[in-house]
Amino acid sequence: MQLKIEPRREISRNLLYLTPFLAVLLTVVTGFVLFMLMGYDPFAAIYHFFVSPLLSLYGLSELMVKAAPLIIIGVGLAIGFRANVWNIGAEGQLTIGAIASGAVALAFWGDTGLWVLPLMCIAGVLGGMLYASIPAFLKTRFGVNEILTSLMLTYVATLFLSTLVYGPLKDPAGFNFPQSRMFTDAALLGVVFDGTRMHTGTIFALLIAVAVWVLMTFTIIGFQVRVVGQAPAAARFAGFSRNTIIWFGLLVSGGLAGLAGTFEVAGPIGQLIPVITPGYGFTAIIVAFLGRLHPLGIILSGFLMALSYIGGENAQVEVGLPQAVTGVFQGLLLFFLLASDFLVRYRVRVVRLVTETAS
Amino acid sequence: MRQIKSWLGLALAAGLVAAGLAPGGAVAADPLKIGFVYVSPVGDAGWTYQHDQGRLEMERALGAKVETSYVESVPEGADAERVIRKFASDGYQLIFTTSFGYMNPTVKVARQFPSVHFEHATGYKRAKNVSTYLARFYEGRYLTGIVAGKMTKSNKIGYVAAFPIPEVVRGINAFTRGLRSVNRKAEVRVVWTSSWYDPGKEREAAETLISQGADVITLHTDSTAPVQAAEDKGVWAIGYHSDMSKYGKRAHLTAATHHWGGYYTKVAEDAVAGKWASNNTWGGIKDGFVKLAPFGDAVPADVRQLVKAREAEIAAGALHPFAGPVRDQAGRIVVAEGQAMSDKDMLGMKFYVEGVVGKLPK
Repeated sequence: MQLKIEPRREISRNLLYLTPFLAVLLTVVTGFVLFMLMGYDPFAAIYHFFVSPLLSLYGLSELMVKAAPLIIIGVGLAIGFRANVWNIGAEGQLTIGAIASGAVALAFWGDTGLWVLPLMCIAGVLGGMLYASIPAFLKTRFGVNEILTSLMLTYVATLFLSTLVYGPLKDPAGFNFPQSRMFTDAALLGVVFDGTRMHTGTIFALLIAVAVWVLMTFTIIGFQVRVVGQAPAAARFAGFSRNTIIWFGLLVSGGLAGLAGTFEVAGPIGQLIPVITPGYGFTAIIVAFLGRLHPLGIILSGFLMALSYIGGENAQVEVGLPQAVTGVFQGLLLFFLLASDFLVRYRVRVVRLVTETAS
Repeated sequence: MRQIKSWLGLALAAGLVAAGLAPGGAVAADPLKIGFVYVSPVGDAGWTYQHDQGRLEMERALGAKVETSYVESVPEGADAERVIRKFASDGYQLIFTTSFGYMNPTVKVARQFPSVHFEHATGYKRAKNVSTYLARFYEGRYLTGIVAGKMTKSNKIGYVAAFPIPEVVRGINAFTRGLRSVNRKAEVRVVWTSSWYDPGKEREAAETLISQGADVITLHTDSTAPVQAAEDKGVWAIGYHSDMSKYGKRAHLTAATHHWGGYYTKVAEDAVAGKWASNNTWGGIKDGFVKLAPFGDAVPADVRQLVKAREAEIAAGALHPFAGPVRDQAGRIVVAEGQAMSDKDMLGMKFYVEGVVGKLPK
C-alpha cells in the first residue's frame, strides 16, 4: 500500500475561500486542548488571543500599525510572485528604504518644511528600488537566481545600517550608543487618532493595496504579469518580454518595501536604530501567499498575521502564557492554513501496489 | 460614537463572562500592578533570567501588595512601544523596561501616562515619571579579570561580545584592568557576534578564540554557549549575568552576576506607599547589585582570598577599577594618577585600555 498525492482537476472556489476560516477554527480547537493540558485557562487564552485586541481603539490602532508594513510589502511581492519572480529580499529593501529616508530626515534635522516628509518617501521608494535593481540586473543580464541574490543582499543591508548607526549617523549627544537622533516633527507621520500610534501610513497601506489591485486587474502590464506567470509559453508567443516583467516585479516590490521602511522610521520608531524591522520583509512573504497573492486577500491576511502577534503579547500579559507557547500557537495557525490549502489543491489517494500482494 | 462604545463595552463584558473572568468579590486593597518588558526569553540563565529572578524576589517580599506580569522577547523598535503602552493603558502603575533599546519608546509612552511610573534599565533619558537604573557590572568584571589573570597559562584570554556599545566596552576594559593588575603579560582578544543572543555564533566565536590559544573564555552575550564551548575544549570559562556553572561543571571558574531583586522590591514598595520619585540609580557591589558566583573547584585558595580582599576594597570604596593611571592601547594616559574616571566618562566609554588586542569597531 502506498499514499499518492495528486493535484485535483477542479479546485473548488468556495473551499479555497473557506479554508482560512476552517484553519482558524482548527487552530482554536487545538489551542484549546493545548492550553488546557498545560494548565492555563483555555477560554481566557483564546479570548485574549483573538478577541480582546479587537475590542478597543487601542487594540485596533495597534493592529493597523503592525499590519501596515506587512500589507504594503505583501502586495508588492505578490506582483512578482504571480509572474514567478521571487524577490525574497524585501527585508533588505525595506532597510535600505529606511536608511535613505532616515538620511533625508537627519540631513534636514530641525527643518520645519512640509516637503521633508514627501522627500523622505521619495528617497525611501528610490532606495528600495535601487536595491532591488541589483538582483534584477543580475537576473536579466547573467541569469543569476534572484532568490539567492535578493536574500543575501538582505544581510548586506542590515550590516550597512549597523555601520551607519555605529558611525556617521550616530546621535552626537547619545553617549556613543548606536542610534541616530530622534527625528523632528516635520519628518514624522501624523497620527490619525489622538492617543494612539495609528499613523497616516496605515491609511496609505490600504490605498496602496487597492491601487495594486487596479493595476493588476485593469492594466496591460498587470495582464502581462499574470500571463507570464500562468502560461509562460503563451506569453512568449504573444511577445511579452520576460525581462521587462522581471524588472517590473522587482522594482515595484522593492519600491514598496522601501516605502514600508520609510513609514516605520517616520512612524512608530522616529529615528534610525540598528534593527528597524522584526522580520516584516520575510513575514510579508507568508502574508502574500496566505492572501492568495490577491491584494484584497493580502489586506485580510496582513491583519490576521498582525493579530497573531498582538494576541500573543496579550495572552502573555493577561494569562501568563510563555512566549514559546504563543509561538507554538502562531505556528499552528500557519500549519493549518497551509495544510488545508494544500488539501484543497491536492488529494491524497491510497494506492495498492501489485507487487505488495505477496506479503 | 457613544453607541459604538457601549456596544463595545457590552461585547467586552460578554466576552469576559464567557471567558470565565468575571471579577469575584471586591478585595480590600487592590494590589499594585507591575509590568516587565523583557528583550529575550526568560530561559534559565542570562540577562533576562536575572531580571525575572528580581521580579520573583520582589513578589515574594511584597506578597499580596503587588501583582506582576511580563512579556518576553520583545524586539527593540516599534514593537516595544506597543507592549509598554499596553501595560500603561491596562492600569499597570509601575513598568520596568529592561533593555537599552526601550529607552525612547519608554519616554514616549511616559509622556502620555503621567501618573504611571516607569523604570528603564541601562538608559540615560529621565523624566518626572521615568527613572533609570543600572548596575556597576564593571566592578564584578574587574574581579573576574583577576581570576583569569591568575589561572591563564597561555596569557591569552578570549572575550565573546555582542555589540561595541559603552556598556560592553566598559566590561572588557574593567576585566582587562583586573587581569593586568595581577598578570602584566596577559592580553584580551575580543570577537564580536553582532547579536545579543545567538548560541551558534557565540560558540563559533569561543572556538575561534580557543584555537588562537586562549585558555580562559568569558562572554558578554546572552547564551551559555561560550561556557559550554570552553567545557568541551578543556579550557577555563568565566560566566556573566548568571552563575553558569551547571553549563561548565569543570570549566566554570566564577561569574560576575546581576541581582535586581533588592532594587525592584524597594522601588515597588515606594510606589505602593506613594513615595516613588524619579531617580538615577547605579548600584554596585556594595549595594548588592553585583556579586561573584561561587568559585569553581579549580580556583586555588590564595586566588580566592585575593579576590575576596579586592571585593571588600571595592565595596568600601578604596579600590576603583578605573583609578589612574589608565592608559589606552596607544599608551596615552586617559586618567591621571590619583584620579578615578568619572561616571559620565565611564557611561560613554569608547576606547580600549592597554592589554586589549585589536581595534575597537567604530
